[in-house]
Amino acid sequence: MGWVNAIIQGVLTGGLYALFACGLSLMFGVMKVVNLAHGDLAVVAGYVAIGIITVTHVPVLWSFLIVVPVMALLGYVLQRTVIQSALDRSVLITLLVTFGLSVVIENGLLQFFTANSRAIGTGLALVSGSFTLGSQIQIGYLLVVVFAVAVVVLLGLQYFLSASKYGRLIRAVADDQEAAQLAGADYRHVFGIAAALAFGTVALAGIAYGMYSQLSPTTGTDTILLFAFAAVVIGGLGSLWGTLLGGVVLGVAQQIGAQINISDEVLAGYILFLGVLVLRPQGLTSRRAQS
Amino acid sequence: MTGPAAKGENGEGKGRRVGGGERPESGTPLLEVRDLVVHHGQLRALNAISLRVFPGEVYAIIGANGAGKSTLLRTIAGLHHPTTGSVLFDGQDVTRLRPERRATRGIAMVPEGRRLFGSLTVEENLQVGATYARPGPWTIERVYEMFGWMRERRKQLTAQLSGGEQQTLAIGRALVANPRALLLDELSLGLAPVVVQRIYGMLPQILATGLTVLLVEQDVSQALRVASHIHCLLEGRTTLESRPVDVTADQVEAAYFGLAPAASARPSGEGSEP
Repeated sequence: MGWVNAIIQGVLTGGLYALFACGLSLMFGVMKVVNLAHGDLAVVAGYVAIGIITVTHVPVLWSFLIVVPVMALLGYVLQRTVIQSALDRSVLITLLVTFGLSVVIENGLLQFFTANSRAIGTGLALVSGSFTLGSQIQIGYLLVVVFAVAVVVLLGLQYFLSASKYGRLIRAVADDQEAAQLAGADYRHVFGIAAALAFGTVALAGIAYGMYSQLSPTTGTDTILLFAFAAVVIGGLGSLWGTLLGGVVLGVAQQIGAQINISDEVLAGYILFLGVLVLRPQGLTSRRAQS
Repeated sequence: MTGPAAKGENGEGKGRRVGGGERPESGTPLLEVRDLVVHHGQLRALNAISLRVFPGEVYAIIGANGAGKSTLLRTIAGLHHPTTGSVLFDGQDVTRLRPERRATRGIAMVPEGRRLFGSLTVEENLQVGATYARPGPWTIERVYEMFGWMRERRKQLTAQLSGGEQQTLAIGRALVANPRALLLDELSLGLAPVVVQRIYGMLPQILATGLTVLLVEQDVSQALRVASHIHCLLEGRTTLESRPVDVTADQVEAAYFGLAPAASARPSGEGSEP
């Protein structure tokens, strides 16, 4: 029973990891920016949500409605200013800039919120409760909800990219910036929209993680960013469903590791990550591998 | 008032005839390039190039590899920044405008090598072209009417099309923006002669909707056949500018390869010393 439990928990945690990863994947796929501040931005979103809930006492779900649009707006603005000006020089400079952003955010959080970790207290029975399958398997509602949210977000992104005007432009710009410009598209604006989408998903991921576990100023780099990278690499770049698969595979590997020895949880995930890099560097579902 | 309509007879009717019709030498050019100098790093790719393209014309820029033809076209579209000189569209200076702003004003370019969006379908390529379209006669539906195969294969990715089909789609993608000036960069590159013939055969239909065409072509005989005006570049300089009917094959050859007689081949006025 322990193994079945590990796999189920792993799959559900994979939804959370996919949520971490899809924004990273989107920004790399469209503007070739590896956003090293990705995890820290998720933590910022979590802290903002904590702040909103503490100050205004609104229900937890309301915090999503405020934080996600605010982060999306921040994404657009950061892309149009700091990241774009780095991109105008070279893609490599964006690594330095987002790394710098990460350091600034992390130290800013330490300064203002101390190194103590915090959780987003939900107070909702739905979120803290669980149900049992059979006699041994206990499944938290929260993870089920997060998994469902991840699937809905990926479906939504997929639909947006394939069916909407801006989704089409995002794919066109990712294919060929100059040709898109010749068609009248301002690629900087399109990049901004892609960044807004990515930051919106980052906000969801940060709040979800704050509810599932605890946030501290370093959670962004030592957990969220690394897991997001691992999920993207395992799943294969450029495919949203690959991201979900990558997250799920990573989650299952971690849970199986924990089943063997509780201290091996994180290690098992990274061993799989290394294995994929060595044996199938294009990821499990790379589009490039198919064409 | 500088009404362009003042000179009634220029452009519109007369100049549209393909292959060396009358050229309106007065009136407002739709597109004008003045003393353009463009550098690629240290290399001077274009040296004081000037040209005037009048409404309804087919203006062909010819020249050997590396003569600067594509650089000239890309600078007009806004993809290169000139060191000095200016680009005027419909009498307005667009030298500082970004490519996408020029596109919405009515300059469309079919870039060298087609440059279709590879992860988009045929129809999506056209839809992107039509996203910022000006009002005008060209719609996706009209492109489909002109090329029946495109409608049948609209759900396919562009990699599944032949070279000629890709080139046609690239032209369609530019047309649905309803440009006033259509820049065509090396349409014939990598295509079989019979396919090239077919693509150039569409030109009269395109011109009939009131477009002006500026094209770059390495294939001189093709350019001479379709153009109302030719402009020969050699190593970034103008060596010949004329109507096709006014030059001999020898003069064109001399200008193309930079042989001695080029100097006597009617270099026209401004900034065009060979």
